[in-house]
Amino acid sequence: MDLTTLTALELGAAIRRGEVLPEEAVQAGLDTIAAQGQNSFITLTGAQALEGARQIRSQPAESPLFGVPMAWKDNLCTCGVKTSCASRILGDYTPPYSAALVERLEQAGALSLGKLNMDEFAMGSTGETSYYGPVANPWDASRTAGGSSGGAAAAVAAGEVWYAVGTDTGGSIRQPAAYCGVTGMKPTYGAVSRYGLIAYASSLDQAGPIARSAADCAAVLDVIAVQDRRDSTSLAVKGGFLAGLTGDVRGVRIGLPVQCFGEGLDPQIHAAVLHAAEVLRARGARVEKCSLPLLAYGVPAYYILACAEASSNLSRFDGVAYGWRAEGCTSLDGLYTQTRTQGFGQEVQRRILLGTFVLSAGYYDAYYKKALQVRERMRQAYAAAFQTYDLLLTPVTASAAPRLGESLSDPLQMYLSDFYTVPVNLAGLPGLSMPCGFDNAGLPIGAQLTGPALGDLAVLNAAHAFQLETGYHRQRPGRGGAV
Amino acid sequence: MKITEELVSRTARLARLDLPEGEAGPITAELERILQYMDQLAELDTTGAAWSGGALTNVLRPDEAAPSLDRAALLAGAPEADGTCFLAPRAVE
Repeated sequence: MDLTTLTALELGAAIRRGEVLPEEAVQAGLDTIAAQGQNSFITLTGAQALEGARQIRSQPAESPLFGVPMAWKDNLCTCGVKTSCASRILGDYTPPYSAALVERLEQAGALSLGKLNMDEFAMGSTGETSYYGPVANPWDASRTAGGSSGGAAAAVAAGEVWYAVGTDTGGSIRQPAAYCGVTGMKPTYGAVSRYGLIAYASSLDQAGPIARSAADCAAVLDVIAVQDRRDSTSLAVKGGFLAGLTGDVRGVRIGLPVQCFGEGLDPQIHAAVLHAAEVLRARGARVEKCSLPLLAYGVPAYYILACAEASSNLSRFDGVAYGWRAEGCTSLDGLYTQTRTQGFGQEVQRRILLGTFVLSAGYYDAYYKKALQVRERMRQAYAAAFQTYDLLLTPVTASAAPRLGESLSDPLQMYLSDFYTVPVNLAGLPGLSMPCGFDNAGLPIGAQLTGPALGDLAVLNAAHAFQLETGYHRQRPGRGGAV
Repeated sequence: MKITEELVSRTARLARLDLPEGEAGPITAELERILQYMDQLAELDTTGAAWSGGALTNVLRPDEAAPSLDRAALLAGAPEADGTCFLAPRAVE
């Protein structure tokens, strides 16, 4: 049996039935990693995973994910395992504690194979701003895996791990999931504790699963969507996501915002997302066009707010309390400046500069405050839309995965590519990216489902319904194109 | 929005970043282009819209004393420490 073609839940079930030992699954994942050169990992913890697999043998397999190998994006703190945020400035930083969601999944029997590559501090849309080099797309090694959770999406797509946990500030789970042909979910803001997640933009950051099916994502969410006293933004979430997947979408009202199907969208993606709408309609959903004119202001508002928050959050990286320190500095101010200048990459510095500027005296009202007001309008517009619709269906990206090196020279162009994903973060809503087809070059296409705040189950259930009808999510790179 | 090299240099100083020699010009042009794009927000009338955070509210918990992380473990991640404190160059002569 080729274990790497199974979903996380299928592997978990085989482990519980005693047909597969956790260490066999770990070894299958490690063998796959060794056979690929896509740079999806920054740190491998294969030996610990094998040891962990032997240790958990005596434990009861309560979670459906018990014994299933997975990996963490490298901005999630893991006690005793290097956590770099793909930045030089964190050096070989090894946290003395684990993120809340890491603790939860470890208790559920997760076996981590390591820490996944990403854009530096999650700032980037292509996985190329990593200090540790870019991630290649498993479907075409000359293309990016997307970002910022590029390593996570690539590792799941290539069969290196059965699921991963990434983070999404402006699309960083959904966009790489779309580029790599896997299913990724950003839960409602506050649904998953951020304790131990290295902050980029705190009012937008959310962690969530990347996996091979919506059901796998639901199983991960069941473990990690739990209120946590250590994150004051964490919400009490009604769980039962996996148990709630009925696949029944009869009468579910799905809106297609016309602003998401206009100029600039690849016609093949346009057609694939409309095909997804037809599949859901055939299962009983009521699908119709709607209008959300404010979406066009999402990207400028997002980059003002995200950069402003980043400039504040990243002020803690100064070469004093952790990470890397520039050498030969004799003054405190010089130590801060030299550590930050040499330790942060170009894109991170660009965003810190932008954020510092929009918060500075004389410019605050025109940029930061204005963006907050636009954000409120955006939130109200979504709330109004969800009076009429249960879910919205849109593309995730305007084009398939770009070629490596294509995007780095033009930051504004890279920001514009986040058109479909950032409004969801601004409004704090749950959003999911699911594979819905392939283009002529054989590259995966994703469709995005968005729901109202705390409507995570409705989002997952619609994706599950789609995946009961189609096989796009089961396609693997190098094993044939579209179904 | 017109951005000058002087404004970018001042912003960099505030952010504790050092602009490499000869890069202030290109960075200024790049930031200006990005900010000009952001200027489109001015088109939108946002009178009366203040960020409310939507349905999200503060989640309060009882203020109870609990153990924090071990000092030695935290100091172990520092570039330089003496067992009780982080060490950094002298700030006051």
